[in-house]
Amino acid sequence: MNTQPAQTDSRIEADKRAAFADRLYFRRRIYNGIGLIFATASTGFGLFWLAWILWTTFYTGISALNGKLFTMMTPPPGDEGGLLNAFAGSAMICLLAILIGAPIGIAAGTYLAEYAKKSRLGEAIRFFNDILLSAPSIVLGMFVYTVVVKQVGHYSAFSGSLALALIVLPVVVRTTDEMLKLVPSAMREAGLSLGVPQWKVTMQVLYRAALPGIVTGVLLALARISGETAPLLFTAFDNQFWSTNVGQPMASIPVVIYKFAMSADAGWKSLAWAGALIVTLFVLALSLLSRAILLRNKVSND
Amino acid sequence: MAASAESLAIAKTDEQRARRDGFADRTFRRIVASAGIFVLITLAGVALTTLWGGREAFATFGFKFLVSSEWDTVGKQFGALAPVYGTLVTAAIALLIAVPISFGIALYLTEIAPNWLRTPVGSAIELLAGIPSIIYGMWGLFVFVPIMGRYVIPWLNDHVGNWPIIGALFRGPPLGLGMLTAGIVLAIMVIPFISSVMREVFLTVPTRLKESAYALGSTTWEVAWDIVLPYTRTAVIGGVFLGLGRALGETMAVTFVLGNVHRLSLSLLEPGNSIAATIANEFAEADSEIFRSSLIALAFLLFVVTFIVLAIAKLMLRQMEKREGKA
Repeated sequence: MNTQPAQTDSRIEADKRAAFADRLYFRRRIYNGIGLIFATASTGFGLFWLAWILWTTFYTGISALNGKLFTMMTPPPGDEGGLLNAFAGSAMICLLAILIGAPIGIAAGTYLAEYAKKSRLGEAIRFFNDILLSAPSIVLGMFVYTVVVKQVGHYSAFSGSLALALIVLPVVVRTTDEMLKLVPSAMREAGLSLGVPQWKVTMQVLYRAALPGIVTGVLLALARISGETAPLLFTAFDNQFWSTNVGQPMASIPVVIYKFAMSADAGWKSLAWAGALIVTLFVLALSLLSRAILLRNKVSND
Repeated sequence: MAASAESLAIAKTDEQRARRDGFADRTFRRIVASAGIFVLITLAGVALTTLWGGREAFATFGFKFLVSSEWDTVGKQFGALAPVYGTLVTAAIALLIAVPISFGIALYLTEIAPNWLRTPVGSAIELLAGIPSIIYGMWGLFVFVPIMGRYVIPWLNDHVGNWPIIGALFRGPPLGLGMLTAGIVLAIMVIPFISSVMREVFLTVPTRLKESAYALGSTTWEVAWDIVLPYTRTAVIGGVFLGLGRALGETMAVTFVLGNVHRLSLSLLEPGNSIAATIANEFAEADSEIFRSSLIALAFLLFVVTFIVLAIAKLMLRQMEKREGKA
């Protein structure tokens, strides 16, 4: 008699608890579902912009491509022309920037990896190098303007190269440092135990082992500077004509794109899009190439 | 007799060689060390020369340079408030959008996506970082700005503009140019940076931690939110600061879509200005010494702010690395 209601009570209790658990699990499943949908949608969101930007660049750029692009100079507004002087200028400025920045970067990276692995100075250099890596490029351009352009008195392609070299430097320092650290220390020990001086071990053994990685760093740096505009605006400036004199202003693709895209002239705008397409293709090809080198190297090391 | 003379000669050449090698070694070391120190000198040089170049502006306007929004190129009165405000607001909008999206992308790439999809999708997202910023600017100006002006801004005006408090942010002319547009473009640009840091650190979470949570019945979302995120908190914040540093200093994309107007306005839909865009737009036209000096002073401010932000980012990321090293 007495146990009957107690049993029903406990059954009701159990039912209640089960219902509560069901609700709880349902809620957790819903949250999980929303979270996963959100994560997938975010990825779609990122890819969507990539596709849209690339599509616009390709679609508009290809319709502006023609043979004159590589054979004629930048035109005055309303006239026909190409981007030959800008292509040549960009190539010269970037090459010079690599020639200045890469050797210093490789040397500094060598110092970090081989001589200052754990030292306080090494740590400080690594720290500030990483900051330089993300520092606003326009400020670097301003630095070169104050130090070089203002002292010399006029814009020059060489000062543009200096500004870009400051962007190359941290990229190369970092990759060289990382790549040299990946070289097994057995190689160093083997070289040193044969009585080979350290600089020779570094130059002839370690650099050879780390070469693909170092080249990748240089290519990545080249990819970064070939589309860089801001620091060139007040260092290399612009030049409407063909010029190979690095002491004088020189046209470069990004600056020409900037000038032409901001103008109202239809011919200029279409040239800007053609230039944009070429720069984008070049940069993407470089980053794919460096990725491929790195990947192949990784596989062969294993 | 002859043999000992020979060995003496050999010993002598050995000694010479050792001396030569030692000299070469020291020289090499000195060269690479000075290259390393060159990095430090560069960074210090950037700070000092921009401060030196901006001294005239700082001396003339003093503290007013920071709090005045006046930008009169004829009357030679310059204040940095409008560009500083624009820089901070666009970067804030960019982070508001980019941080959750980057978290989603990192979560997708580490927990949800099938294995064969992870590398290609991850590389594609990183390609976003490879596109030159001037391309973002052109795309923004010619494709995105018209869409904002025609569809998004009228919609925001009608639907959000009359909300209390935040409504004022979303009332404005349908120009398309402005801080909201710039913030969105910046968000797209910093997403690859933040998401790749998050993805990397999410991969460092010990599998046994995650597996334990799964074994206790956690859902994927709960593992991400309650296990992965707390474990990687410092590094995630570091990644966010890294993205912030990028957003603050970005120049070309912002220059194209911001409108270059020196006016403080509450509305995000009004054209504005940022430090980097002001410098890029006006440096070539700077005709007076004080004008130029003001622009260099702006560059100094930008450098100091990004330096602090990036230093915080580095310190937080390093903390995570150290823990990794110990674990």
